[in-house]
Amino acid sequence: MTPATLVPTQPSVRRHSGRARRWLERILIYAALLFSVLLVGMPFIYMITGSFKFNSEIFSYPLTILPNTPTFDNYVRLLNGSEIPYVRQFGNSLYVATMQTMLTLLVASMVGWGFAKYEFKGKKILFLVLLATLAFPFQVTLVPLFLMMVRIGWLDTYWAIIIPGAVSAFGAFFMRQSMLAVPNELIDAARIDGASDWGIFWRIGLPLSRGALSVLAVLVFLGSWNDYLWPLIVLRTTEKFTYPVGLATLIGLYKVEYGMILAGAFLATLPILILFLLGRNMLLSNLTVGAIKG
Amino acid sequence: MAKWRRNITPYLFISPFFIGYAIFFLYPVLWALYLSFFQQVGIGSQPKFVGLANYINLFSDNQFLKALGNTTYYAAGSIFLIVPVALVLALVLFMRNLHGREFFRLFFFSPNITAGVVVGIIFTLVFSADYGLINNYLLKPLGLPAIRWLQEPVWIMPAIIILGLWRYTGINALYFMAGLQNISEEVREAAVIDGANRWQVFRYITLPLLRPTLVFVLTFAIIGSYNLFAEPAILVGAQGGPNNAGLFMTMYLYLTGFRFLKFGYAAAIGYALAVIIIVLTVIQLRLLGVFRED
Repeated sequence: MTPATLVPTQPSVRRHSGRARRWLERILIYAALLFSVLLVGMPFIYMITGSFKFNSEIFSYPLTILPNTPTFDNYVRLLNGSEIPYVRQFGNSLYVATMQTMLTLLVASMVGWGFAKYEFKGKKILFLVLLATLAFPFQVTLVPLFLMMVRIGWLDTYWAIIIPGAVSAFGAFFMRQSMLAVPNELIDAARIDGASDWGIFWRIGLPLSRGALSVLAVLVFLGSWNDYLWPLIVLRTTEKFTYPVGLATLIGLYKVEYGMILAGAFLATLPILILFLLGRNMLLSNLTVGAIKG
Repeated sequence: MAKWRRNITPYLFISPFFIGYAIFFLYPVLWALYLSFFQQVGIGSQPKFVGLANYINLFSDNQFLKALGNTTYYAAGSIFLIVPVALVLALVLFMRNLHGREFFRLFFFSPNITAGVVVGIIFTLVFSADYGLINNYLLKPLGLPAIRWLQEPVWIMPAIIILGLWRYTGINALYFMAGLQNISEEVREAAVIDGANRWQVFRYITLPLLRPTLVFVLTFAIIGSYNLFAEPAILVGAQGGPNNAGLFMTMYLYLTGFRFLKFGYAAAIGYALAVIIIVLTVIQLRLLGVFRED
């Protein structure tokens, strides 16, 4: 990255006071940044330390950041399922997010490849249809999609989440954009060598789009892992809930189990944290692709 | 035979996506339109044709109008608070010789990938009147009285906007930074040499050149406010808390469709929402001069 200069060059007469002012400015900027870090980080820290507190300590004066009497009680009771089958629900989320990610990647890379590397009748109009979908509010489909799930018997099954979720217009668009970059010479050479269309896609198209695939995988996984509204609508039994739906039921309990809720929230954030730290560079540099072109 | 196969191949690649698209998107979108002209309450009940009645009723539905007002309130907060703060953050993080740039970028982005339900859980404690972080650590040291953020209707929207500020400043700053990177440094340096001060460089060079990014960020700020669901639903309940002060559009659609099972009416809400989003986006694009020839 090339940081730009926003600091105008000072006339030489004022150089001395200019330098002092610049120093002061830098100090103020760092102070403001560090204060912002504190503001942004505090809620996270409070979640983590709160998960090691007894409820009586969370709701008592004066507030504590670090627990006075640290306890694993919240975790123990969360994991042995005394209120909700958390481990089961966590596993459900893992299963749904993984399946949805794999299926989305397959569907999106196939359609992306089709648009990027083939000419066919109706290509333009189909691509426009795809683009129009990107801006269309998903809320419109909630009710009919629910009624459809009821009709085909997918209510309270993971199919209802995984299959409709795999049709991602964003994913299709994203894969098409990056697959355009696969060199046509390679494809022609492979075709001369007698490779089939599927073989070319599988052995050249996919491996050369690894970067884009991994970005899309992270984005789809995060989206699925964090989703609340649609699972809340289609899942009906506690054992089948994904963790956000499960945690939300804990909030409504007559007995406030906030330490346990915080423990569940923290555990559910760990996979995201790992994924984020592993993929941070490619994620941050690819996330903004749409913004520049948009 | 070979030619026939060559012709059909691209369609094979795009068919999984478009078949899924037709079943799980196009059909529900059309079904929703049809459904919005009917009165249907409960699964299996006989739909009754009511013409435009659902749409007309929206205008006199106090809860719908409340949700519309709240969503607009939040969108305004987003546009006039979150986006400007993000722009300032981006400019600061873009400064020359800033230490820890990567850390700050990552850190401020982290709230964005946290699950909405988890964010709602954490902020229930942040905003707690008696045992909350804001009242105890920010207001009390300043000698300010505790605010009953989630109990008093007037404070619920400011609370949700603060949550939004925490959650969405980082990602918007990332978008702005990507946009800043696209502005060539020579243009700015030339202005500085011509005697422009920092504000002038920003106002007359950086900001106009940042317009595409600004359009993208503002469009998503508006769409985002209509999509808000998990955070307010956890914070104040799906009904939006006292006096429906935290009721958002998607929450109202959820309540209507899936708590009260008024499918026809919920479909109409979905379409109203789609029309609003599309109209707002077009107005905004026009204000920012996207359609202007230049």
